[in-house]
Amino acid sequence: MKQVIHLKAFGMIAEKIGTAELELENPGTLAALGETLRGRFPDLQSAKFGFAINKKLLQGDAEIPAGAEVALLPPFSGG
Amino acid sequence: MSRFERQTILPGFGADAQRKLQDAKVLLIGAGGLGCPILLYLAAMGVGKIGLMDGDEVSLSNLNRQVLYGEKDLGKPKVEAAASYFRSKYSDLEIEEIPEYITVENALEILPDYDLVIDGSDNFPTRYLVNDACVLLGKPLVFGAVYLNEGQVSVFNLEENACNYRDVYPQMPAASEIPNCAETGVLGVLPGIIGNLMALEAIKVLTGFGKPLKNKMLFFNSLSAQTYEVEIFPNPTSKAAVPSSKRAFSQTNYELACEGVEQVDWQFVLENPRPSVTLVDVRDRDELPRLERAGLLEIPLSQLSTAAKKLEDSGEIYLFCQSGMRSQTAALQLKGIFPDKKIYSIRGGIKAFPKQTSNHG
Repeated sequence: MKQVIHLKAFGMIAEKIGTAELELENPGTLAALGETLRGRFPDLQSAKFGFAINKKLLQGDAEIPAGAEVALLPPFSGG
Repeated sequence: MSRFERQTILPGFGADAQRKLQDAKVLLIGAGGLGCPILLYLAAMGVGKIGLMDGDEVSLSNLNRQVLYGEKDLGKPKVEAAASYFRSKYSDLEIEEIPEYITVENALEILPDYDLVIDGSDNFPTRYLVNDACVLLGKPLVFGAVYLNEGQVSVFNLEENACNYRDVYPQMPAASEIPNCAETGVLGVLPGIIGNLMALEAIKVLTGFGKPLKNKMLFFNSLSAQTYEVEIFPNPTSKAAVPSSKRAFSQTNYELACEGVEQVDWQFVLENPRPSVTLVDVRDRDELPRLERAGLLEIPLSQLSTAAKKLEDSGEIYLFCQSGMRSQTAALQLKGIFPDKKIYSIRGGIKAFPKQTSNHG
């Protein structure tokens, strides 16, 4: 069975991806996920956002466990 | 009976927490969509002193969400309209009007007078500026921001092992990357909700009642009414990205930093001599003292774009001026010409050049 991860996109990232929720085959690491997403959604090329695996925001690379929920969290500035 | 009776009888809050509010001094940056609801509740609940900082005036398009203001306030400074509203409501509230936008200069003068800072501003340079000032001065910061139909809230820099904004967003976004409410539109009620969450966090920080969103960021979506909370972690790299001193802070141009201008210290340049590195003095030729070093180029800022081809073969470019401000502008110009080169502005300019090695390199 393929390993699937659940993406939850917020703010402008959801707009660029075209949906707030997406299932994806697990690319294994956050770095690989970033690459996959930028390849599939060229609008993300220069976008800055954070990754949270199972609701923990991580800097740098990390392994993505099977079945994980990965949130894509861009900064907001409005007030 | 006091006007606070309903919260002094609240179990766990009581007269002690009320006294803490009465003694508290809170600085609110931004009297807009977030600032209005924050003010309404902090003032109603009995915060003793509120400093209100905003350089803007009330305009017609503000009125769908900036609920303190009405048609008769159009054109008035926001802080003046807000202050006069609250003075007519509560005699026990001290409200300090600061009709200015926050800058690296006034931040260091104003922040020390307050116990807590609340950021209800509306742009990235200000958000990083406020964050860094709070880290430098050790002030807790209630953060909140909105984008279209979503908002985010957190409490930074509270006590030990606390996160700051750079732990969440280490890369500064350019203004063009993420539009603000003025460009995208916003339902009036969304900043109302996010501002109220911010007011609640402020009350928790000030009184110790409940658990503030320390090392957590809460997201809210107004279309689905869903929340999403993530844990965030303090990171030594993001601490290092905050200017290391008040001096370094006051020499940072946050607008340019958000556009991608990076700053380094002289030590970094002098201790890592590499053949691919070019040092450029962007001052006018009559500015003293001059620096003499092998390979140094002198290109005044005004001639930078025409003389840029002298830098074509350089892999890394370090720019300096007299005090470190013009070199940031120069770095932005050069990044436009050479988007793939590493270009840095040297913090503090020639005035920060280390004394011992002065002019002999």
